[in-house]
Amino acid sequence: MGILGFYLRKLYTILKTEVLVLPSRIVALLFFLVLLLLPVVTQDPYLLRILILANIFAILAASWDLLSGFTGQMNFGHALFFGVGAYTAALLNLHAHLPPWGSIPVGALAAVLAGLIVGIPCLRLRGTYLALTTLAFPIILMGIVFTLPNITGGELGVSGLDRLSRSRLSDYYVSVVCMLGLCAIMWKITDSNTGIIFHAIREDEVAARVSGINTTRYKLLAFCLSGFFAGISGGLYAHFMRIAGPSTLEVSMSFTVVIWAVFGGIVTIYGPVGAVFILFPLLEFLRFWPEYRTLMFAILILVILLYMPDGLLPWLRDKIEKECPRCKIRNVATRKTCRTCTAALD
Amino acid sequence: MILDIIISGLISGSMYALLAIGFSLIFGVARIVNIAHTAFYMVAAYCIYYGTHRLGYHPILGMTAAVILVTLFGLICYKLFIDPIREHEAAVLIGTIALAIAMQEIMLLVFTGDFLSVPSLVKGYVKIFGVKVFYQQLLTVGTVLFILAALRALLMKTRLGLAIRSTAEDREVANLMGMNESRVAMITMGISVGLAAFTGAVIVPLTILHPHMWMHPLIMIMAVVVLGGLGSIRGSFLGAYILGFAEALVVFLIPMGAFLKGSVALSIMILVLLIRPEGLFGVAFEEER
Repeated sequence: MGILGFYLRKLYTILKTEVLVLPSRIVALLFFLVLLLLPVVTQDPYLLRILILANIFAILAASWDLLSGFTGQMNFGHALFFGVGAYTAALLNLHAHLPPWGSIPVGALAAVLAGLIVGIPCLRLRGTYLALTTLAFPIILMGIVFTLPNITGGELGVSGLDRLSRSRLSDYYVSVVCMLGLCAIMWKITDSNTGIIFHAIREDEVAARVSGINTTRYKLLAFCLSGFFAGISGGLYAHFMRIAGPSTLEVSMSFTVVIWAVFGGIVTIYGPVGAVFILFPLLEFLRFWPEYRTLMFAILILVILLYMPDGLLPWLRDKIEKECPRCKIRNVATRKTCRTCTAALD
Repeated sequence: MILDIIISGLISGSMYALLAIGFSLIFGVARIVNIAHTAFYMVAAYCIYYGTHRLGYHPILGMTAAVILVTLFGLICYKLFIDPIREHEAAVLIGTIALAIAMQEIMLLVFTGDFLSVPSLVKGYVKIFGVKVFYQQLLTVGTVLFILAALRALLMKTRLGLAIRSTAEDREVANLMGMNESRVAMITMGISVGLAAFTGAVIVPLTILHPHMWMHPLIMIMAVVVLGGLGSIRGSFLGAYILGFAEALVVFLIPMGAFLKGSVALSIMILVLLIRPEGLFGVAFEEER
């Protein structure tokens, strides 16, 4: 009992001194709570469907950020990992009758393998070369999918998979827990020692190597990690839609991931997640004018980029918070002095 | 069969060469990866369709008007959307993707998703070893080679060409030497979009128009510029023909070839990159800090 009380008091202290002092942290907390408690308020299947898909794509966008934002390895073929995850999970489920909780992790492992296959030739490339080369991989795989229609179903894809779980509501909770859990893991990774090395590789690879870091190994690690998370999201998608088709490998899929991530702000993890939760429901909302939907989407992105080239969420965050010039701790923009070192904020 | 392969390889090679050189130019000079490059080609093709079919102009007049209009349109897009965010590499990437999607959607709204076609400029064909070679195909290859020669002359013999080449070499030093860097970038953008529009004009009679027609050439020209070396015009030229012929070979020789043509061309690119990471003619860029 005493130990429980101790942890409760510790939780309360953390909540009061670390979370409730910053608007961005309050928003993150609210985001968690709203997602977890939403079914109490409404169980509209259409709304749940949108949110499940948003959850799945949020994992995908965040995994792109982990690779391309943090290590600076611009990946334009992220659909490869998604597609490999989806197809592997689908084929295993259909032929080996593996239930979703088995086929999705195996699909993710296949995507890790895909990450290695892409990563090794790409180690020698950087910048634009890398971006343009990675674009090629999903297209190559798509060609193979089309030429082997009796295994992959060709244009129609692999259909008739098991459902993710028994009801729409439990599907929702599976996807929410996966999304929150995996994104928290990704955020933790980027905050750890490894994450700092990823930053160093992006900023100056030569300097990182001079400091004794095996950049090759870390770049491959980034490819594998990103492939793993993207593979999970691909498997979830296949089991939720109950079909894995060539649309998971399309160029537009890769582009969409990049749009989400850059729109939300790269090198943040929370940026891409937030962007998916803003853009995906927005796109659904625009369905009232189906012909103009994609056009408005494109124009919105162009206009937002003109004013906030670093992405939407970092821009918003800089508006409501400022950094203490002395101790680099973030404060609410309304404060006159820093909350820890009491230096005057400008 | 062999002649079929040669003709088809030459046509697609020429098309990729023109597009890839424009793409390569603007990357070399302004470090802009213009994903919307082939979208301009698509818009030009639709403009020609509109000019010749709906307004009934003579094809040559329609083509000239289309090239000029699309070039102007490209410059306006550059000024409005690309120039303000040029310093943010990632933003330029998705900005141009969004631009391309916007153009595709506008074309989809105006012309619907139907497959359209434009009649060829010159009718008739000549039989070489029993294979029909249309005059239009010969005309296309000839025009492309002429334009490439003209472009080379422009780059090598004129003062403007010197400015473009030196800006591509080193932006800051070129600026210090009194070249207006942003104006050179603007002019290069004009040339680049002009080349894309021109490709649309010469290819349009040989192909079918639909709003998604920019996707496949885009992937291919990206492969071409990576294969030839980014920013290298000679590399783009050779790479385009290599991949053009590879595509033609796959389509004619392998049973399910039409599905595999992209895969094989891109695999060739990756194989070359494994041996020469900077492409066939590329210069290994100094680390840009």
